[in-house]
Amino acid sequence: MATPFTVLTAAAVALDRANVDTDQIIPARFLKQPRGVGYGQFLFHDLRAGEDGFPLDAPAAAGAAILVAARNFGCGSSREGAVYALVDGGIRCVIAPSFGDIFASNAAKNGLLTIALEEARIAALLARLTAMPGSTMTVDLPAQRLTDPDGATCDFAIDPFRKRCMVEGLDDVALTLEYAAAIAAYDRRIATEEGWRIPQPG
Amino acid sequence: MNAAPRSLFDKVWQSHVVAMREDGQALLGIDRHLLHEGSFHGFAMLDHAGRHIRRPELTFAVADHYVPTRDRARPIADPAIARMVRLLAENAARHGIAHFGLSDARQGIVHVVAPEQGITLPGLTLVCGDSHTSTHGAFGALAFGIGATEVAHVLATQMLWQRRPRTLRVTLDGALGAHVAAKDVILAIIARIGAGGAAGHVLEYDGAAIRALDMAGRMTICNMSIEAGARAGMIAPDETTFQWVAGRAYAPKGALFDQAVAAWRALPSDPGAAFDREVTLDAGAITPHVTWGTSPETALPITARVPEPRGAQAGEIRTMLDYMGLTPGMALQEIAIDRVFIGSCTNARIEDLRAAAAVLRGRRAVVPGLVVPGSTPVRAQAEAEGLDRIFREAGLEWREAGCSMCVGINGDLLAPGQRSASTTNRNFQGRQGPGARTHLMSPAMVAAAAVTGRISDVRQLQEG
Ligand code: SF4
Repeated sequence: MATPFTVLTAAAVALDRANVDTDQIIPARFLKQPRGVGYGQFLFHDLRAGEDGFPLDAPAAAGAAILVAARNFGCGSSREGAVYALVDGGIRCVIAPSFGDIFASNAAKNGLLTIALEEARIAALLARLTAMPGSTMTVDLPAQRLTDPDGATCDFAIDPFRKRCMVEGLDDVALTLEYAAAIAAYDRRIATEEGWRIPQPG
Repeated sequence: MNAAPRSLFDKVWQSHVVAMREDGQALLGIDRHLLHEGSFHGFAMLDHAGRHIRRPELTFAVADHYVPTRDRARPIADPAIARMVRLLAENAARHGIAHFGLSDARQGIVHVVAPEQGITLPGLTLVCGDSHTSTHGAFGALAFGIGATEVAHVLATQMLWQRRPRTLRVTLDGALGAHVAAKDVILAIIARIGAGGAAGHVLEYDGAAIRALDMAGRMTICNMSIEAGARAGMIAPDETTFQWVAGRAYAPKGALFDQAVAAWRALPSDPGAAFDREVTLDAGAITPHVTWGTSPETALPITARVPEPRGAQAGEIRTMLDYMGLTPGMALQEIAIDRVFIGSCTNARIEDLRAAAAVLRGRRAVVPGLVVPGSTPVRAQAEAEGLDRIFREAGLEWREAGCSMCVGINGDLLAPGQRSASTTNRNFQGRQGPGARTHLMSPAMVAAAAVTGRISDVRQLQEG
């Protein structure tokens, strides 16, 4: 279960590119490893190897826990390893105009907050953080409020269930098992009325 | 009083809601859970929590992502891969789930195997820790990819919490032209709506051109729904679907099959069903498509040119052109390729191999390449039809079933800077190996590129 997320004040860094897919976040060849090895070493591995001055490697970005990116961040593969790489690499919050659905869902389950904001606001943040990497921002999840490097604030939306799970660090499975009676009734209905749904080996 | 008209998605969704919470989350019953070697994180979480698989009879495991595609009689050379393949077999045995391992005659890519074995059926919910689970929506199932934590949750409960997605219907009127494939259709759709264009939505594909497709074509289209950002893609089941499913290993038989078909006939969207968004395309206007960049949304008609870095996305275009080593304004057909790959859950079914073989028959490939069938049964069928000989005589390698160069984690890789014509679904940076450059296209178009050594219009090659 993930560490609960409440208020985060941390250095932020800009990754001004669209469609950053999960193959960029962590190349597939590293996914053989158990989580215990620490996935932070794989974060953006090939991008970092391939270009000088990758934003996360700027000295001012050291210790950054907030990443601001362009549209459709985390698209592509469902690999939860992408979230492990970000979390193990110290990132607790990603802010972008939009996210890959599976990525966002994986993120929430691992204490990584994804915040979607309008394109114009992201553009301003990207410009600001590109000029001054490592500027401090504050994310207040219970209040759903973001404070940018200039001290200006804005509210953000989040699915109430996702918020509760993150703030309280809830275990999904335990929560589901509270519905044992409804689950049993559902199973009975399938078995008696829709037997074709059960696989028929042989 | 008439009930409000419902869509295919509405019907499948509603019949699987076990409980609703005030915050809008639905607890969904899951009918099928597919696993592969990469699912070891999910098993680790299950074990860590001391839980067991609640419905092992609904859970199926197959080795595909990491498996070697040759020398299968020998032990797997890479110890990390050998460990993962063994771990899947051990986890499957320990938890009592069906497992199609490396030496099983049913083995193959999970999204090819499950339909083939009748594990995938219309009207079901089906999940897998893999984003291309959207493939199974071709049968009118609600099928989507999940992450490792969700895999552990489904293993433990056979349930999943989901917020109801929005719906987007894509209607394809008219008929496809000669040598235009399902792959061209989905590339054209993604180019139109964008790589994130369907985020938060379930796509339903409908219209005369979709109804006319065989199951292989429908699977190709639903497979790539995720490349438009969609949660899932769906196509209403019809006679084509029922005939395809009938008699498959795990499918219902006898009276149960009749019962199933009666239920499946009620699944198509009712006239007047509401969708959050609608898009219409003219199938007759779709031409063979290829991608030039590092996102599937960069698909263009084969007659087009590489774009100039202009407008709001100039920076993005320039980055992609640099990575791909292309000059703005050059014709797509001037792009020389180094290798071809025919394979993947998008395009490695028997119909795909036939389409590629039809172009390669009696011709030689001028570049090397791999042909990797989607499953061992597909491989056997292709050999029975003599397709393997056509590929070999053309100079291509005929391999055993698996994901192979689609994701390049089993050792089948492009070298840095090499350029492929590929039937796969992702042209992301480094997807087929670090520094690799991928152009996505249909099997027939890849075959045409193999013969000419550059990206080519299969229509010219076949019609002279
Ligand atoms: S063939 Fe490619 S896309 Fe399909 S499951 Fe395998 S790796 Fe994923």
